[in-house]
Amino acid sequence: MTLWHLILLASIAVLAIKLLGYAVPPRLFDQPRPRRTLELLTVSLLAGLVAVQTLGGGEGIVLDARIPAVLVAAGLFAVRAPFIVAVAAAAAVAALLRQFAGFS
Amino acid sequence: MQTDAVGRAWREGVSVVVATSAYGLSFGALSIASGLDLWQTMVLSLLMFSGGSQFAFIGVIAAGGGIAGVASAGMLGLRNALYGMSMRRVVQPRPMLMPLAAHVTIDESTAVALAQSQPKAQRIGFWVTGVGIFVGWNLATLAGALLGDLLGDPKQWGLDAAAAAAFVGLLWPRLKARQAIAVAAASAALAAALLPVAPSGTPVILAAVVGVVVGLTNWFGPKHESDLADPGGPEHREGQHA
Repeated sequence: MTLWHLILLASIAVLAIKLLGYAVPPRLFDQPRPRRTLELLTVSLLAGLVAVQTLGGGEGIVLDARIPAVLVAAGLFAVRAPFIVAVAAAAAVAALLRQFAGFS
Repeated sequence: MQTDAVGRAWREGVSVVVATSAYGLSFGALSIASGLDLWQTMVLSLLMFSGGSQFAFIGVIAAGGGIAGVASAGMLGLRNALYGMSMRRVVQPRPMLMPLAAHVTIDESTAVALAQSQPKAQRIGFWVTGVGIFVGWNLATLAGALLGDLLGDPKQWGLDAAAAAAFVGLLWPRLKARQAIAVAAASAALAAALLPVAPSGTPVILAAVVGVVVGLTNWFGPKHESDLADPGGPEHREGQHA
């Protein structure tokens, strides 16, 4: 599959899921267990993505400037900084550590 | 009274539109850094149009995963179906507008609609936020992608760290309850442990088993359920938006 195939497949899947929400009987998911499972699935995926994006690289785990950068972002989110500010701060921390502190 | 409520729905909607659209910039730039071209990036924002799924897709693609990127984006998009079930009752779109309503049913439009107290204000909050973010997010994606084309090596600008931070930002408002925090910690640890051994893109999907198992069994769960479908937690209602 080419990148274009993957993009179209993923986009259509996400769009179809949205349409499905308007099509299925609401009672189907109107219970604590499916609601909780969907919410925790989202938490689980996002947490996994945090770990992989912070530590992943090449053949396995790579420890580099991303770790302090992500910690700074987490601190900013904790004090309710806007999304774009925290993300930009993370980029700046990583860029500066690489430029001036010899981080990889 | 009614005009007050409608005015509030407009104001809240617009403020969420501005805040959310702004980070379309980071999506556009990161997508280019992940190896997608301008058109591919725009198709994601126009057609997929769900921030978490879009960031997940380009993240997995950048790491060398293929179909795992589709799976990650799809699973993260599942919550939109849940929002759709409640928005169908709240918005009651005409049949012709139903596909459009479904397409703009995301964290933010759902949160703004649910935060309003009157039916008319709820509908206005939903449409202002959903359509507004669609326009703003796509314009910002385009700007970010054009900027990303000029930047060159993404690591030099810390864009890889920005991608990780974006997921922290999407996750943060969901970490209110002990159960969610436990699931997040276990999932992150499992994904990290799987990094050296599992194929690219699959550690995230395998780690998601944690959420499904805890969700079904309600380990570490509260005895009394609160409204778990609250999109993005109470921060959305206080005007603080991811």
